[in-house]
Amino acid sequence: MLRGFTHQLNSSTLNPGDLQLSVEHLTLSFGGVMALLNISLELYQSEILAIIGPNGAGKTSLLNCISGLYHPQEGHIYYHADDGKQHEITTLRPYHIAKLGIARSFQNIELFRHMSVLNNLMAGAHIHMRSDLFSSLIYWGKAQREQIEFRCFVEDIIDLLEIESIREKQVGELAYGLQKRVELGRALAMKPAILLLDEPMAGMNTEEKEDMARFILDVNEEHGVTIVLIEHDMGVVMDISDRIVVLNFGQKIGEGTPDEVRQNPQVIQAYLGEDQRAFTRK
Amino acid sequence: MQSGIFHSTYQADMALRRTHAEKIRMVLFLLFMAAFPFVADRYYLTLANQVGIATIGAIGLNILTGYTGQISLGQGGFMAVGAYTAGLLTARLGMPWYVSTLAACLATAAIGALFGIPSLRLKGLYLAIATLAAQEIILWVVTHWKTLTGGVDALVVPNPTLFGLQINTDFRFYWVIWLLAGVSALTTVNLFRTHYGRAFIAIRDQDIAAEVMGINLFRYKLLAFAISSFWVGMAGALTAHYRNIVTWERFTVDISVLYLAMVIIGGLGSVSGSFFGAAFMTLLPAFLTNLGRALKSTFPFVDTIIPFVQQAVFGLVIILFLIFEPEGLRKIWKDIKDYFRLWPFSY
Repeated sequence: MLRGFTHQLNSSTLNPGDLQLSVEHLTLSFGGVMALLNISLELYQSEILAIIGPNGAGKTSLLNCISGLYHPQEGHIYYHADDGKQHEITTLRPYHIAKLGIARSFQNIELFRHMSVLNNLMAGAHIHMRSDLFSSLIYWGKAQREQIEFRCFVEDIIDLLEIESIREKQVGELAYGLQKRVELGRALAMKPAILLLDEPMAGMNTEEKEDMARFILDVNEEHGVTIVLIEHDMGVVMDISDRIVVLNFGQKIGEGTPDEVRQNPQVIQAYLGEDQRAFTRK
Repeated sequence: MQSGIFHSTYQADMALRRTHAEKIRMVLFLLFMAAFPFVADRYYLTLANQVGIATIGAIGLNILTGYTGQISLGQGGFMAVGAYTAGLLTARLGMPWYVSTLAACLATAAIGALFGIPSLRLKGLYLAIATLAAQEIILWVVTHWKTLTGGVDALVVPNPTLFGLQINTDFRFYWVIWLLAGVSALTTVNLFRTHYGRAFIAIRDQDIAAEVMGINLFRYKLLAFAISSFWVGMAGALTAHYRNIVTWERFTVDISVLYLAMVIIGGLGSVSGSFFGAAFMTLLPAFLTNLGRALKSTFPFVDTIIPFVQQAVFGLVIILFLIFEPEGLRKIWKDIKDYFRLWPFSY
C-alpha cells in the first residue's frame, strides 16, 4: 500500500517549458582526442531529454561537464535558477553544482557500498541538512529532529521505488538491478531540479527496464523533474523521451522529437548505418 | 525467538539501542564498568586505565582511517602534540588539567587539520607516507625545540586536581579516563547518525560520487582530520597527566603502527571495534608477560625469550586476524550476538 507522497521532490519551481539549462558551444578535448566539439543544447523544465549516440560519442563526457567533473576548454554552461538568476556553472566544482540542484547517477554504479540503502538515500539528501557540528555530536534537539524529518522524506522515495524490503541492507550485497534503483533513489534524495541519468537501464532485463522506465516517468510526470537520459535501448528512448539529442564523435548531428530523429537521414546514416529496423520498430 | 524488529516511530527505529536485549546489555556493561574499580586490584586498574586512554586514541584514529578511509601513520605525532601541549600548559603555566587538556585537544585538532591538507591530492598509501612525514616532523620539532619542550629530556607534569581532590591514584584516574572515553564514544556514534558522519563514509566508499552529491571533499576531509585529532590529542593529554611525565619515546612511529593495528583488529569503521581493539592490544602483552612469569618456574629459559616471543605473537595475531576475520573483533562479537538471538534455530 502506498502512502500519499508528502514531500516535494523537485526543488525547481520554474514553470514547465521554461529554459533551465543552456549549453553553449562546448568543446572538450583530452590531449589530441576531441571528446566534445562545439556542442550546444537547451534543456527545459519538466522535459525528458535523451542523449543518444554510439559508444565514444561523448555522451558521458557531456554529462560530466554539466555536473562539474570535467571542465571544458571552450564554451559555457548556464543554469537558470528559480529566482530568474543565471548561474554560469562551467568552472564550478561538482559539490557546488550539486547544491544548485543538479543530481546524477553513474554509468557504473558508484554507490556508497558499505552503507545501508537507507543511509545511501540519507547521504543523497546531504545538501539539505543544516544542523551544526555540535548539535550533531550530541544528537539532541535540532540534529535529531532533522534526521527524523529526512527519514520521512527518504521513506517516500523508498515507497516510490518499491525498495521497502531492502532498506536496511548494505548496497554492496544487492543485485545489480536493485543497485541501479538505489542509485536513482540517491539522486532523487537531492530533490533535484535537473536529474542526469547515465545509462540507468544498462545491463537490465526487460522487466527491470520496464520498472525503471516507470520510475523515471513517475518522477517526471508526478513531480515535474527535468531529466536528461543517456540510454542505448532505442525502444525505451523513443517511448519515454520528449526530445532527443544525437551525438557522434563529439559532435551534435541531430536534435528533435523522437519522430524527427527517427526520420533524420544523417542520424540514421551515422548512428545505425544503413539498417533502419531499430528505428522503425513499432 | 523473534521474527524481526518492529517500531512504530522513526525515532525508535533510529535509536542507538533498538531492542530490549541491546538496552539490557548496555546497562549491564555500564554497571560492570562502575563496579570494576571497587573490586579490581591496582594492577588491573592500571590496565583498565591504559585501555581507556587507548580507546580514546583508537576512536580518534578510527574516525579518520576506519570511517573516512584516510590512512594515517601520524597517530604518534598527534598524540605527542596533545601530550606536550597539555604537559607544558599545566607544568609551565600552572593551568588546571581540564583547561590544558581541552586546549591540547583543540591544538591537536588544528595541527591534524594542517597535516590533513595533502589529503585532498593524496590517497591510500601516498597519504600514509604524507602522514608518516607528519609524524617525523612533529617528533623532530619536539626533540629539537629545546627551549619549549625541553628536547629529549622528560617533562614532568604535576598531578591533576578536581574539586580540591588530587587525582593521583589509579582509582581516581579510572573515573576521569572512562568518563571521557564514554563521551568520545557517544559523540562519535552520534556523529555517524548525521550527515557529517555519512559524508565521511561517503568519501571513503566513493569520493567522486560523494562530491557529485554535494559533499565538499576538502572541507570534510579536513574536518575528519580535525575531529579525529581532537580525540587523539585527548589520548595524548591524558597520557601526560596519567604518567606525570612526557617523553618523546612514547610517541614514536611504533605507536602509530600499534594504533593502526588496534583499529584493524578491533574493526575499521566501528566505535565498539575501537574499544575491542584497544583492550586487545593493551591486554595481550600483559597477558603474555604474566604467562611468561607463570611458566618461568617450570621452564627457566622462558624468561630470556619472552620479549621476542611477545613481538612474534603480536605479529602473528595481526596476520591471523587479517586472514580469518578481516572485519575484526567487532564482527566476532556481532556473530556471537546473532547466534544467541536466533538460538536455538539458527536459520
